[in-house]
Amino acid sequence: MTEPVLRVEQVESFYGKIQALRGVDIEVAPGQIIAVLGSNGAGKTTTLKTISGLVRAQVGRIHFDGEDITRLPPHEIARKGVVHVPEGRHILKGLSVQENLELGSFTVRDPAVRRERMADVFERFPILSERRHQDGSLLSGGEQQMLALGRALMHGPRVLLLDEPSMGLAPKLVTQTMRIVKQLNEAGTTILLVEQNVRLALKIAHYAYVLENGEIHNQGKASALAEDESIVQAYLGA
Amino acid sequence: MSTATGRTAGLVDRLYATFDSPRRQMLLMVAIVVVMAVLPLVMGRYATTIMTNALLYVVLALGLNIVVGYAGLLDLGYAAFFAVGAYSIGILTVQFDWNFWLAIPPALVAACLAGVIIGGPTLRLRSDYLAIVTLGFGEIVRFSARNLEITGRASGLSNIPEPSFFGYVINSYVDFYYVFLLLAVMAVIASHRLYHSRLGRAWLYVRHDEDAAEAMGINRVRVKLAAYVTGSVFGAIGGIFFSVNLGAISPESFSFEQSVLILMAVILGGMGKIPGVILGAFIIILGPELLRELGELRLLLFAVVMLLIMLLRPSGIWPERRH
Repeated sequence: MTEPVLRVEQVESFYGKIQALRGVDIEVAPGQIIAVLGSNGAGKTTTLKTISGLVRAQVGRIHFDGEDITRLPPHEIARKGVVHVPEGRHILKGLSVQENLELGSFTVRDPAVRRERMADVFERFPILSERRHQDGSLLSGGEQQMLALGRALMHGPRVLLLDEPSMGLAPKLVTQTMRIVKQLNEAGTTILLVEQNVRLALKIAHYAYVLENGEIHNQGKASALAEDESIVQAYLGA
Repeated sequence: MSTATGRTAGLVDRLYATFDSPRRQMLLMVAIVVVMAVLPLVMGRYATTIMTNALLYVVLALGLNIVVGYAGLLDLGYAAFFAVGAYSIGILTVQFDWNFWLAIPPALVAACLAGVIIGGPTLRLRSDYLAIVTLGFGEIVRFSARNLEITGRASGLSNIPEPSFFGYVINSYVDFYYVFLLLAVMAVIASHRLYHSRLGRAWLYVRHDEDAAEAMGINRVRVKLAAYVTGSVFGAIGGIFFSVNLGAISPESFSFEQSVLILMAVILGGMGKIPGVILGAFIIILGPELLRELGELRLLLFAVVMLLIMLLRPSGIWPERRH
C-alpha cells in the first residue's frame, strides 16, 4: 500500500462524558475510496467529524499529508484540502445554486481558478447549471446532494469526507449518487465514505472499515468484505 | 380586509421593485441627500433638531445592522458601543482637556476593544444565549458609567467643549445637522461597500449556515468578531458626535430602551437592506414626533402601528431580496 494521505491513529472522541470513539485507526491511501460501515451509533459520523475538527480527538493523532492536524480548528483543516460534506447537505436557504457553489470557492483567491471550477461543476452536473439562479434549498433531494458535492468540489478537495450521501434519496437516485462518487474518485479525488447502503458502498470502495461501538470491528478489501455474507447481512438493515 | 391588505402590499411591493435596481437606488439616495441638504433652510429649529436625531439613528441602526442584519448575530446591548464612543470623548475632553479631534482615535480604539470584549466570549453561543449576554453587557456598561468617578456617576459629564474645525466652531443646531448628515452618508457608503466586500460575503455565509461556512474554510470566529468590531465602530462614531452635540451625557442616554429602539429600527425597516434600515431609523424617531398631538396616546398608537407592520410585513418594510 502506498503512503496514506490521511492517517487516523488510536483516536478517542467524546460527547461530554460519553465516549463515541474508542481507539479508531484508519488509513486512507491517495486515490482510493475508503468506506466506513456500521450500524447507527457505531461512530461513523463521529469519525468524520473528528477528522474535520468538528469534534476534538481527546486521545490519538490525525495526520494529513504527513502533517499533524489533530489540534487544528475546522476551517484550517478545510483549507488544507480535507473537505467534509456533512449529513443533511447544509444547502444555504434563500441563496441561489450559484451562490451556494461560490461558498465552496470562497477561500480560493484566484478568480480564474474559481471560474474554471464552476465550469467543471456545471459540466459534471448539468442540472445545477440549468438551475443556477434558483434557490438552492428548493432543489429536489438528489439535486441538493449534487449541489453539496459540487460545492465541495469548488473548494478543490484533496480528500472528501462524505457522510451518507444517499440519505433520504429514492433508490434510483442512490445508485446514481454512488456512480457520481465513483466518478469523482476516478477523476482523482480521494474519498472517505460513510454509507448506510453497504452493498453499494462495497461495490465502489477499494477498502472498508466496519465500526462497532466506536471500535474498528473488521476491515479489509471491499471486494473481500462484499463476499462475506455475515457482514452484508449484519449491516444491510434489511 | 384581506383583499385590501393584499392590494396595498402589492402596491408597496411594486414601489419597492421599482427602486430595487442599484442605479435607481443610487439616484434616489442622491435625491434624498440633496433634499436633506436644503431642509434646514426651510425647517425651524425644532424640526431640524429632530431630523438631526433621526440622522444619528441612521448611523446607529446601520451599525447594528452589520451585527444583526449582515452577520445574523443578535445584540440587545448595542447602546453600550454608543456609550463607549460618547464617554471616551467626554472623559478625554472634560477630565483630561484633550482636543476633540485627538480624542477620536482613542475613542475608536476603545470601541474596537469593546467589540472584541463582547464578541470574544459570546462567539460560541447560539442566538438566545447571545441575547442574554449582550443585554448584560449593555447594562454593565451603563452601571459602570453610573458608578465610576471618571464618568461623573449618575449625573454624567457636562461642559463637553464644542469642537472647532480649522478655526470654525461647530456649535449651532444647523452645524450639527450637517455633521450628522455627513456621518449618515458615510455610514451608508461604508455599509454598501462592506456588504459587497469579501467580508460581507463571509457574513452572509456565516449568517445562513455557519457550519457549512466553516466546512468551506471560513474562520467563523474571526468573521463574527469583525462584525461586532465594525458595528461597534459605527456606534462609537454616533456616540462621539452625540456627546459634543449635546455637550452633556448621562448614563440614562444609554439604557436598554435605547438598544431596543435601535434594534427596532433595523427589524422594522428590513434587516440587511440599507434603504430599509434608513427608513426604520426615520420611522422610530419621526413617528412619535408626528403623532405628538395625540399626547399620551401616541406611544400606544405607535406601538400598534409597529405591530401591524410586523404582522403584515414580517421581514420588514423594505426587506432584503436576493436574486
